[in-house]
Amino acid sequence: MLDRGQAPLDRQEADAGGEPRPVAFRGGGFSPRGGRYSGWIALLLAIGIWQLAGGAGLVNPLFLPTPVAIARAIYQLAISGALWHHVSYSIMRIGAGWILGTVAGIVVGFAIGLSTLARSVGITFISALFPIPKIALLPLLILWLGIGEEPKIATIALGVFFSTAISVYSGVDAVQRNLIRMAQSFNVPFHAIVRRVIWPGALPSILAGFRITASIALLLVVSAEMIGAEFGIGAFVLQAGNLMQTDQLLAGVVILSLFGLAVGKLISVLEARLLHWR
Amino acid sequence: MDLIADQITHRFGSLEVLDRVSFTVASGEVVAIVGPSGCGKSTLLSILGGLLRPSAGLAKWRGAPPSDSLNPLTFVFQDFALLPWCTVEQNVDFPLLHTALGASERRAVVDDALRRASLSDFRGTYPKQLSGGMRQRVGIARALAVRPAILLMDEPLSALDSQTRELLMEDFIRLLADGSMGAVYVTHNLEEAVRLADRIVVLSRRPGKVREVVSIPLSRAERGNIDARGKLLSLQNELWSLIREEAIDAEREVQHA
Repeated sequence: MLDRGQAPLDRQEADAGGEPRPVAFRGGGFSPRGGRYSGWIALLLAIGIWQLAGGAGLVNPLFLPTPVAIARAIYQLAISGALWHHVSYSIMRIGAGWILGTVAGIVVGFAIGLSTLARSVGITFISALFPIPKIALLPLLILWLGIGEEPKIATIALGVFFSTAISVYSGVDAVQRNLIRMAQSFNVPFHAIVRRVIWPGALPSILAGFRITASIALLLVVSAEMIGAEFGIGAFVLQAGNLMQTDQLLAGVVILSLFGLAVGKLISVLEARLLHWR
Repeated sequence: MDLIADQITHRFGSLEVLDRVSFTVASGEVVAIVGPSGCGKSTLLSILGGLLRPSAGLAKWRGAPPSDSLNPLTFVFQDFALLPWCTVEQNVDFPLLHTALGASERRAVVDDALRRASLSDFRGTYPKQLSGGMRQRVGIARALAVRPAILLMDEPLSALDSQTRELLMEDFIRLLADGSMGAVYVTHNLEEAVRLADRIVVLSRRPGKVREVVSIPLSRAERGNIDARGKLLSLQNELWSLIREEAIDAEREVQHA
């Protein structure tokens, strides 16, 4: 029979001879949380200090124009139409290169993820070619494709392709095998398993890949435009630098940053819509 | 429809897992497979269900499955295997999408399966919003939707807490009561085996061989009676004495692996 009396505990307390003390809390930390407004407040604070330092003459405006001067430069570019002219060229190149690279990357990534032959051949090629800085291939691509838009688009497409292929086949590999076996156990045909099990299962990895490839595309478009383009944000930034128009140069950088933020936001919206089940 | 394991042998590379395992599951019969860890119980079930090709021997079936059966050999998985991006209703509908059933027929089948698994109020819920027991109910509803002749259950209760296990065990007993559906029930839990099965195939440690086939001398209805409990317990003890030494050896082997 179990002894449910309190005597043993009381006795222990008496033996210990002291007052009961609270157990010290040891479980704090290791769970950082982002504040809702703190990031924006910090950014505004930094911009404010920058403006004050520039306005007080502490910083040479030739080397670092004030935020107000940069905003003014963006406004001037916008009303003159030059901003849209340059941005539209960059968007066209990024759009075409990203779509080409993404479609090819998804096809090759799925092939590697699903076919033994494609995997044995494809992974070797991708491992060998992925580390090459794609911008180094631009002169070769100009030689092959001429000096128009094609080599710039091809450079972006190549940069996007490898990362997409890797994220797609990693995503396919990460799909839980038990889900595939479940579908097979119900005699679901191969194409339907790919469409209804593997594609949605690999989607988180594919969308994470989109985030990376969007940055790669932005990086490559600026590099390619700096090397050989008359119009585009990269060409504009380089030209402004050559003419020591640092307010315009930084205006270009701000626009690139805003573009990157907009793409990131777009991908977040896509993730929220497509991966709501997570 | 009978399911026959005919001299099934399986190796993973040089590791021999199953050695000439033979037995038959008669129509409407529930056969439990028990044995020490690593004796090849789940491998055997995968072979019986056509998900794994045996190194030697064959899984066969005899007779005709019920005419309305869409998938005569249907699995219920230990980890539920639910599509996390699909709702409960979509998960149950998933195996029907590629059958000849029309949309309205499918809806009726899904409704019936959800009702039988007490899930009608959860049709729009995603798996992550459900408890383990409810997830397994979805797995059961999905299996029922294709009207199987034989359910192949791979430790379906092992991922669940004891109360949920008890509730689902009652559901299994109810579902299998009329004998219209047979089952192969892989488990390491001897209590589950004696409560549910008509016969219990005891496998030896790896490579798994049929060590003994034990028949349960009580109908499933009788097993619910209080006076049957002593008999079931002694059967359970008998089974345990059959596998105890090998279970200890198998555990040591796992620890040293």
